[in-house]
Amino acid sequence: MSDIVDVKLAVVGGLPPRTDAPWGPKPGRITPARIGVYAFLVVASLFFLMPFYVMLITSLKPMSEIRLGNLMSLPEVATIQPWIDAWAHACTGVDCNGVQVGLFNSLRILVPSVILSIALGAINGYALSFWRPRGSNLIFAILLLGAFIPYQVYLYPLVRMLSVVGLYNRLPGIVAVHTIFGLPIMTLLFRNYYASLPIDLFKAARVDGGSFWTIFFYLILPMSGPILVVATILQVTGIWNDFLFGLIFAGRENLPMTVLLNNVVNTTTGVREYNVNMAATILTALVPLLVYFVSGRWFVRGIASGAVKG
Amino acid sequence: MEPSVVVRDLHIRFGALDVIRNMNLEIAEGEFLVLLGPSGCGKSTLLNAIAGLITVTGGQVIIKGKNVTWEEPKDRGIAMVFQSYALYPQMTARGNLSFGLKMAGVPKAEIAKRVARASEILQIEALLDRKPSALSGGQRQRVAIGRALVRDVDVFLFDEPLSNLDAKLRSELRVEIKRLHQNLGNTMIYVTHDQIEALTLADRIAIMKGGEIQQLAAPKTVFHRPANLFVAGFIGSPAMNFIPGAVEESENGKVFRFAGNTVPLGAYEGSHRLTTCPDAILGVRPEHVTIHADAADGIAAMVELDEPMGSESLVWLKLADKPFTVKTTAEHGLHNGQPVKLVFDIHRASLFDKASGVRL
Amino acid sequence: MKLRLSALTPQIALLPTWLIVVFAYVGTVIWSIRISFSSSRMLPEGDFVGLKSYERLFSTQRWVVSVENVAIFGVIFIVGALVLGFFLAVMLDQRIKAESLFRTIFLYPYAMSFVVTGLAWQWILNPSLGLQQMMHNFGWTSFTFDWLARGDRAIYLVAFAGIWQASGLVMAILLAGLRGIDEDLWKAAKIDGIPTWRVYLHIVIPLLGGMFATALVLLAAAVVKVYDLVVAMTGGGPGISTEVPAKFVIDYLFDRQNIALATSASTVMFLAVLFVLGPILYRQYIHNNGRAA
Repeated sequence: MSDIVDVKLAVVGGLPPRTDAPWGPKPGRITPARIGVYAFLVVASLFFLMPFYVMLITSLKPMSEIRLGNLMSLPEVATIQPWIDAWAHACTGVDCNGVQVGLFNSLRILVPSVILSIALGAINGYALSFWRPRGSNLIFAILLLGAFIPYQVYLYPLVRMLSVVGLYNRLPGIVAVHTIFGLPIMTLLFRNYYASLPIDLFKAARVDGGSFWTIFFYLILPMSGPILVVATILQVTGIWNDFLFGLIFAGRENLPMTVLLNNVVNTTTGVREYNVNMAATILTALVPLLVYFVSGRWFVRGIASGAVKG
Repeated sequence: MEPSVVVRDLHIRFGALDVIRNMNLEIAEGEFLVLLGPSGCGKSTLLNAIAGLITVTGGQVIIKGKNVTWEEPKDRGIAMVFQSYALYPQMTARGNLSFGLKMAGVPKAEIAKRVARASEILQIEALLDRKPSALSGGQRQRVAIGRALVRDVDVFLFDEPLSNLDAKLRSELRVEIKRLHQNLGNTMIYVTHDQIEALTLADRIAIMKGGEIQQLAAPKTVFHRPANLFVAGFIGSPAMNFIPGAVEESENGKVFRFAGNTVPLGAYEGSHRLTTCPDAILGVRPEHVTIHADAADGIAAMVELDEPMGSESLVWLKLADKPFTVKTTAEHGLHNGQPVKLVFDIHRASLFDKASGVRL
Repeated sequence: MKLRLSALTPQIALLPTWLIVVFAYVGTVIWSIRISFSSSRMLPEGDFVGLKSYERLFSTQRWVVSVENVAIFGVIFIVGALVLGFFLAVMLDQRIKAESLFRTIFLYPYAMSFVVTGLAWQWILNPSLGLQQMMHNFGWTSFTFDWLARGDRAIYLVAFAGIWQASGLVMAILLAGLRGIDEDLWKAAKIDGIPTWRVYLHIVIPLLGGMFATALVLLAAAVVKVYDLVVAMTGGGPGISTEVPAKFVIDYLFDRQNIALATSASTVMFLAVLFVLGPILYRQYIHNNGRAA
């Protein structure tokens, strides 16, 4: 019977009384290191916020106040006239219609470009990660390298090619260009995401007789929700913020907001209206900022999943 | 003698969740205590609190008579071994062993001595100049134990150290840890969800559930005299059979009645203290039942399935329309569908109150 | 027949991509390189004049300045963004209250266009009405900060604006890496009594190697492509003091009508990227990534 009796509890002796301190959590002490961390973060925040603050207050000041040179001080008489001017009356050379034209141009470029590049990227990612037909690695390697090569190498021949098919300086042309150059990141994004799905799922679908398209539409696409969101965020901000392609391929009628903004601000004729310029700048940044603040962590995930190997 | 580690009125809350509830625990000098329980029972949290890696909500931790509740982990006189090994990836095994000592300002000669001693004990001398990435899982864990050894402390904490290893390595290293404890005689607190590890290593096992200790006793006690239904069901593989019924008075003393059967309880451990109980559960381990093909006495059952396991065999039966398992020799000669009689070893059985789950 | 057709479906689905790869990527590069060996001015010529336009390129002051500038910009921008981004990530990793607020603030510039960044800083650093004038108004009349108007300093300010825009990106990548580090490693270091800064130096930074490489690749790609930031912030000026290769190519393609010179410049950029980024890319993405199936 002795083998099933408890090992004796050790005798308690000479211990401090039960509720003496130290008891419970260690009282929070504010260490210099802790203060340093927060000080660093606050100073860094001010550094990052300062330009936006300056833009905002400048855009609300009349020019008479701006000429005093008090960059950081709040407007004494706030006015929204610069915003109205930026939106509807700011001049680029001879046209004085504000940046509103650019907003609508940007939207017209944005929507088809985002849809097309995501659709192609998803199909590529699916084919490259599950079906891996001959040449998969080659196509992927070229796309990947293509993403990092300066666009300047492609530009002139592309201009010629688009001229030949009559798309240069037209909306379909700029959409095609965005689709072409969005392809590497979209393919990488979807390929990495699909590579993380269990391949057995795909094998089971094949055994069940699924074809390329049925598996894509009924199995893979319904599982792609998160990555579609990420891809949309990436493409919307990326295409909206584009300057180079818009400048070269869009044509005078379709100039996107970024190009128009630069033309407004850096126009060499007339008096510089800094308040109008800043209002126009904020207006141009508004769409991507909105996407950024609404999407939150998804935006970060887009950066990470596009950049990190899957 | 002074206890090595004392946990007193310990309470840990994460947000609205009480992970440890007012726990009291005393661990003797040189004792090997295993904290065992399903995931989420608070066993790792308790270990981390002893190590000083998480802040406690209330209560105290006393190590070697010193209240260390507010002390930094490095000042508590403990060493710890982790499930993921947690070796510093860019350093050699030797670097891993000596880094902490270097930081603590231990003289070079002393570091070399301690590293030599630890690597001799663990037989990792040949691995000292390799980086963790060049080591196998078992070797990594040896180095991790070595890093704990060189700290020259009295209390060792193990957080599921063998869970990432395959079955064969696990049993090898288990023996090694047991040998280590025998040779060093340090206090060891060991967290695991593996009951074999707990039963083989421990001086005492603390079985935890919901932030509370269900039973704290030697492995044999936990196995043979589980304090409640949870412990009885958790310990033992294959699991204990539970039969609902009632403890009643008869002319031959107390009996357990269920589904028309009567089991005399005369041989039950402490049967003289037994009171009647209309809603009870009889727990019988599969090892503690014998099958008789043609006995007159015993409880009627029917063979349904045979699971041979080498030298032994697990027989699945139907008893009062419920599944019932019996562990027996492989050469039992039974066939499916055969009616048999079962005899329980009541001395080694357990009775529980159905409502509270507490052992009767 | 039906079976064979369905076996080809994956290839057919990739057909648009193949066309894009062949024409828009490979074809354009070959064409560009071909033009660079011709005597083309406004329109492409079919002749072959060897390395003539390359000789002209490297004797063009504007190109030499552009290359110098992109080197200065690249070093300051990459080092600056990596260092600032790393410190931001580490500080955010200290169990900070309002972490997500700080993170949002540090990353928002990255959501905006380089054009916006360039215009904002152009205004702030404007010598006549910006920072300098503000200091003067505060009574510090000897304060001078007119780098944007100084040919020898303006490129540093462009790099500075770039750092402001891109540090958040580095922060986000490294923070993800920091959060991926085994928590047990931190516990082990705590039990060993290793000071936090030493854990970062000896254990964490080596572990973040891949994350640093990723950030480096992204920043380096941005350096080669830098165009809109310069156009918006300085327009390449004062004079030609902030010209960069990407802008050189565009200017000579579309304004100055010397496409042989422009394509030879773009070919040089292409080769530079191929030799510098190629091996890194190969290691990061292609090598050793066949899925375990």
